[in-house]
Amino acid sequence: MATRTLKCHVGIGPESTGKALVTDDNFSARYDLDRIKGIFSRPQHKLAGQSYVDKILVVNTAKGGVATAWMLHEMAARGMAPIAILFNRSNPILAQGGAFANMTLCDRFKDGDVTQLIKTDDTVTVIPSKGEVIVDSQR
Amino acid sequence: MLNGEFGWPRQWAMQHMLQVGNFFDADHLVEVTQAHMMADTESMGIAGVEFVEKMAAYPEQERLVRIPMITDPRGIDFEHYQTLKQTDDMADLERRAIDAFEALGILMTNTCINYQTIMPPVRGEHLAYGDTGVVIYCNSVLGAHSNFEGGPSALAAGLTGRTPCYGLHLKENRRATIRFEVNYQPTNLTEWGALGALVGKHTCSYWDVPVIDEISLTPSSDDLKHLGAAMASYGSVPLYHLVGITPEAPTLSAVCNPDSLPVIQITESDFEQFFASYGNTGDKIDVVVFSAPQLSLVEMSELATLLKDKRVHPDTTLLAVTSPVVAADAHRMGISKKIENAGGLVLQGMCFYQSYAREMAEANGWTTLMSNSAKLVNIIGGYGYKPALASMKKCIASAVAGKII
Repeated sequence: MATRTLKCHVGIGPESTGKALVTDDNFSARYDLDRIKGIFSRPQHKLAGQSYVDKILVVNTAKGGVATAWMLHEMAARGMAPIAILFNRSNPILAQGGAFANMTLCDRFKDGDVTQLIKTDDTVTVIPSKGEVIVDSQR
Repeated sequence: MLNGEFGWPRQWAMQHMLQVGNFFDADHLVEVTQAHMMADTESMGIAGVEFVEKMAAYPEQERLVRIPMITDPRGIDFEHYQTLKQTDDMADLERRAIDAFEALGILMTNTCINYQTIMPPVRGEHLAYGDTGVVIYCNSVLGAHSNFEGGPSALAAGLTGRTPCYGLHLKENRRATIRFEVNYQPTNLTEWGALGALVGKHTCSYWDVPVIDEISLTPSSDDLKHLGAAMASYGSVPLYHLVGITPEAPTLSAVCNPDSLPVIQITESDFEQFFASYGNTGDKIDVVVFSAPQLSLVEMSELATLLKDKRVHPDTTLLAVTSPVVAADAHRMGISKKIENAGGLVLQGMCFYQSYAREMAEANGWTTLMSNSAKLVNIIGGYGYKPALASMKKCIASAVAGKII
């Protein structure tokens, strides 16, 4: 197992650890999810049909509207949320939603494209207060 | 406020803004004059409503908002929710949310076209607006300054009269970073929406500002409403410039160094390919929706005129969604009656995609949805619909035929 530490901007939320679910696609809770089933439901999304629940979701950027700011809180209250979300670049709505839901959220990685640096099923520990993400790869 | 001396609601608001402000390296808060909050109960869920109810239980001096604060569309039109097969549980949660918001002193305007109907901001005014369509219109067309503020952040701004100073509150972030030349002039609202979608898809970043050149006609407020709503939807874009039209771009060089930005051409072929991706001629249509953004009085009138002497197909539902202010005028002028006489349903104070769209689809057996809103067809695929996009005229013809014309 190889361990790497990625540096990013100081983030939001608590330290958290989980398995990564990675795509170079973008993210909106309103546009992309069936929040009842806990899966990506938008047919065109690269993660269509996959569960995001209790995953460290790694995506390119945020898209769409403002609803995600409430929805992350609502999803977390039902235990149907990701553990954390990592972006190349977040928008205000996702940051606001992370803050409201107390969900771990980081962006602006110094080492390059985070959707390439982390692979699905890598074990990831996110430390928002330090701006650090520790990646344990099976490969 | 941060120490709790003005009560928990304002302390929460300050803590929330500090978290967001630190994330975006804001070094101070900026005073704002208005807040506009998106807070439909589908998005909030029970947990979100309980959060606001907790706030509403505090004494008035601790809970009332400090600046004029208004609301985005709700998820329920109480007069018609049973017709739409929304449930009593949905309506009950909606009533609880409204009670809590009113206890905070929030004005329940229930609209995403407040810039056309309530109180348009002025150039340079700092705001905390929610609804991406509202933000992009007010930034771009009116020259106001707002980031996308989700419901909790808009609420924090309302409680404190402030918001973190980052993004579009800073002049240096309002200059164009990506340049488009348009070689086809949009001819109706849907094509303005399509142009917004094409620019949004290319831009695809909150932090980039598109400037659009070579528009040779003068668009209406409704044209720019659809342009911006689609651009924000497809690209999360909060500000654009139209050279010679929007106030910060009297010339191209006013918003960028023209030689420093690559030029992306948008042609008629791009429009054709975009429309081809939504809907096939002959497909059955379950529901035709005019919404997102809510219709202006002019759009309502046009819709009524196009429906004259026509009848919506019995297997198709036609919904026209507008704001309470416009609905009052449309009712008074007989416009709503004309739409209803043709078999349409006029809804007010809500927006289709904010109204438990998935549950409505399941309850009504709706799969195929047709709209003249590029924004709506972009959103609604995630809710399980198969969307089709066409002009208002073609949407009505299809509603009458029960299939895509």
